[in-house]
This record gives sequence, C-alpha cells and structure tokens, in this order.
Amino acid sequence: MSNPLISARGLTKKFGDFTAVNGIDFDVFKGDSFGFLGPNGAGKSTAMRIIGATSQRTSGSVSILGKDPEINGPQIRAHLGVVPQQDNLDMQLSVVENLYIYGRYFGLPRKFVKNKIEELLTFAQLEEKRDTKVEALSGGMKRRLTIARALVSEPEILILDEPTTGLDPQARHILWDRLFRLKEQGVTLLITTHFMDEAEQLCDRLIVMDKGSIMAEGSPASLIKDYSTKEVLELRFGSDRNQSMADSLRSMCDRTEELPDRFLMYTDDGEALLEKIYAADFHPKTSLVRRSSLEDVFLRLTGRTLIE
Amino acid sequence: MFIPMAVAIADARAGKRGERVYSGRVPQLLERGFIAFKSSTYMIVLSGFLEPVLYLLSFGYGIGKLLPIISVDGENIKYVAFIAPALLATSAMNGAIYDSTMNVFFKLNHDRIYHGMLATSMGPLDVALGEIGWALIRGFAYACAFMAVMAPLGLIISPWGLLAIPAAVLIAFGFASCGMAVTSYMKSFQQLELVNIFLLPMFLFSGSFYPLSVFPQWLQFIINLFPLSHAIHLVRGLCLGHIDFALLGHAFYFVVMIIIGLIFTTKRLNALFMK
Repeated sequence: MSNPLISARGLTKKFGDFTAVNGIDFDVFKGDSFGFLGPNGAGKSTAMRIIGATSQRTSGSVSILGKDPEINGPQIRAHLGVVPQQDNLDMQLSVVENLYIYGRYFGLPRKFVKNKIEELLTFAQLEEKRDTKVEALSGGMKRRLTIARALVSEPEILILDEPTTGLDPQARHILWDRLFRLKEQGVTLLITTHFMDEAEQLCDRLIVMDKGSIMAEGSPASLIKDYSTKEVLELRFGSDRNQSMADSLRSMCDRTEELPDRFLMYTDDGEALLEKIYAADFHPKTSLVRRSSLEDVFLRLTGRTLIE
Repeated sequence: MFIPMAVAIADARAGKRGERVYSGRVPQLLERGFIAFKSSTYMIVLSGFLEPVLYLLSFGYGIGKLLPIISVDGENIKYVAFIAPALLATSAMNGAIYDSTMNVFFKLNHDRIYHGMLATSMGPLDVALGEIGWALIRGFAYACAFMAVMAPLGLIISPWGLLAIPAAVLIAFGFASCGMAVTSYMKSFQQLELVNIFLLPMFLFSGSFYPLSVFPQWLQFIINLFPLSHAIHLVRGLCLGHIDFALLGHAFYFVVMIIIGLIFTTKRLNALFMK
C-alpha cells in the first residue's frame, strides 16, 4: 500500500484540564472519503483543526503529505480546502468577490482565479447569484459557496466539518451530490458528522469517536456487520409501558436496547421476530423492521444515541 | 505529477524568514479592502473627513474671533493655525483607531473573516499587516483631504508642512498597530468602550486647543507619556516650520509604538487562531 496522505499517532489535544482528543491514531489515503462520526463534543472538530494546521496539538504526531502542520502551516494549508462548521464567508462581498478574493489569499494570479470562478459557480449552482451579496443567500447556498470557495485553490484534500448541519433535506441532497462529484474527481475528503445517514452516504471508511477517543474503525458496511445484526425491530408500547414490556421481551433475542421512546430488538430476521412477539400475545402500538445503521453501531459502542 | 498552483506558490516561500506567520500577502489583503470599500457605505468615510473640518470651523472661527492671535513660547500665531495641525494629528488617530478596533473586532468575532483567511496559506502577520495597511491608506487619504482644506486657508505656514502627510501616516500606523493588538484582547463590544474612555481625555488634554504650557510641570509630564501629544507636536512643528531634533524624538515614539503593536498583534492572532 502507498504512503498515507495524512497520518496521526497518539494525537492528543488538551484545553486546560479538558482532554478534547485523547491519543487517536488514523491514516487517510489518497482518494479516500474518510469520516469522523460522533456526537457533538466527541473531539471531531478539534482533530480537523489540527489537520487543517490551524490548531496546535498537545502531544502525539501528525503528518500531512509528509509535513508537520506545526512547522509547515502555510505550505500544508496550500494543499487543503477547508469548509468550517460555522460559515465564515465575507459578508461585505458578493458571491463572485468571495471566490475571487479567496483565491487571491492563496497568492494565485488574477487571471487564474477569474477563470476558475466560472467553473466554481457552475459547480455550486450559483451562476444566477453571482453578484448577490452573501448575506442574502439561503443557508444551503451559503454552504455551497463555502465549498466552492474551498475549491478555488484546487486542493487535493477537502476538509468538511459538519457540512450539512442546519440544512433542510433537499439542500443536503444537493450538497451530497456535489461532494460525490468531487470524490469521483479523486479529491480526498475528510468529513466530520453526527448524522449517520451522511456518514453512510459519503464515507468509504470512518472512525467512530466518543469523548475524544476512537471507538471503532472501518467501512460503514463492515462496522454494521461487526457491531450490529442485519435488522432491527423497533417497538413502541407507549411511554409508560415500554419499561415493563422490555423486561418480558428481553429474552426473545440476543441483544436489545431501551430508549426513552422505543424498544430496539437486534435480530437477523425482523419479521419473524415480530410474528413471534404477536404469537406470544404482545401488542405493541407501533412496530417497524429496518436495516441496521451506524446509529445502532454507535449505540452498541457507547450505550448512547448520536443525537441527544 | 500535477502540482496545484497554490502549492507551488507556498512551496516557493519555504525557508524564508518568518514563513510560519507570514506569506507576503499584504497586497491581496489591501485588494480585499478596495473591493469591500467600493460597495460600502460612504457615510463612514465622509464622517472621517468631516470631523476635523467641522472642528476647525467651529473652534478656529468661533474661538478664533475672540482670540485671533495667541502667543506660544514667545511667538505670536493665528489661533486657527495653531489648532489645525492638532486636528490633523487627531483625525489620523481617530481613523486608525476606528479601523483597527471596531472594524477588526467585527471581522474577528462576528463575521469570523480572519478564520477564513487563516485557513489559506496566509499567516497571521499577513492579516495584521494587511489590516493595518488598509488603515494607513485611509489615514493617508484623510490627511491629504484635510491638507487640501488647510492650504488654501493659509494655515500651512512652512513648506515643511508637506511632511505633515507622511507624519500623519506614521501616527496612524502607530495607533493602528496598537489598536489591533488591544482589540485582540477584547471579549465584547462593551469592552471596546474602554478605548473611547481612554481616547477622549487624551484628545481634550493633549494640547489640541491650547499649549501644554498652561498646565503645571507634573501634568505636562504625564500627558507626554501618552502618544497624542507627541503626534500633535510633530505635525504642528512641521506645519509651523519649527524644525528641531525634538521632532525626531516624537517620530521615534511612534516607531516604538508600531513595533510593540505589531509584535503583540501577531502573537495574539497566533494564539487566537492556533488554539
């Protein structure tokens, strides 16, 4: 296998007494779409900022394209496109001006940037908004512009911190589609998310993080295979009865989870289990058989849900 | 192998002095200033110019009627010619402070523009110098405009007065670099008021409207610890043609201010962004 593009060993970041990232190891290879999945506060964004050479680690080692972000900050940042969690577009400027000046910040010549802008406007579907002030754009448009802006320097690595948080479903799908295209072009993607569907859609490989540590690593499919069953049966008996029903149902399959609003039963055949439950004279208010997801993996690893 | 142009540009700077904090992108930041300026409200720009002119009209011609000629250090000069250089120095200060405190605070904490800038191959010293550079360009424009008002009124007595323009830029540089350093420590808009609490008495007591010699020695000593009286001495000396070595001393005060301000600003920006 070739050398990893990004490699971290024992990466640790402390803020005073608080350990945000606790000795994590990972490797990202060229063309990977690599995800950091975990709830808010898991340390994903902190890890991203260290890779983005805008935060200094407390200990451990990081190498990006063979360089140390602490020593070669500007050179490493020249390889990266960064889409931060919180938009930081230049509100005083228009769409085109934002793209233009951002290219100039990399030291790129005017002519190069001007040609690039047309391509980026098409990519971000913002041709009609080219002269609009950024303030007037919708959340989804701002996000697309931020991604387009990150691409102005033709980066090999694109870092996306919670790219679709706060967007409506349609805007998310448009964004995912754009990210897919980048992936097809061979751009290495680093994505943090607390949405399991986003991780499943976009990532080839991911690490599941909680409280600064890595809980598991693998492809979405292999994580589900390793840490969950094929299917999940979700039952609701009404909030006052979930608890008592759970006690009597627990013996009917290998693993169960009780959530405040529902009861999860892990099985390879959900329909068969449901039939057994009806046959045993249990009557859930609602029942749903679904495939296992990364949410179930996270629940198994931490005992908690991703979004609380 | 394909090497992106941005990478080639950054790699070309490898090994240069200060490469971790500086990438030579000051012109690009000034370019941003011009683009933003083109579509900004001109009111702020206009008020920056009008302020000293209005002071000149109201004090110069109001008090100037009562006190046409005043005696300073045994020399008689027109009152309006006495205060005009002080107003030029003060407006250089005010413009630089506005740009480096309110504007910078907003970009730092509200729009988070600097976060975006520093995710590129720029460094914090680029941002600091770029923002200060923009404050200087404005300071230069204001100084020229004010001189254009002063000259026809016969308020520039000596040809040395032309040097008042670069002096105003030097003054603006000193205030801008310290202003930006101070702003980087501020946590809220309310704290920015502290800057005004400091500036107003300095403006009123630094000898803009009457010579410092009216004060007792000990108070003069205290006033001279602060920058504005040096700014006023410098510009007034040039406009009135009182050229001596003391002017170099006043200029040196601002050189020191610039250096200290830049060191703190770069340190603070590094600390804020490299947390």
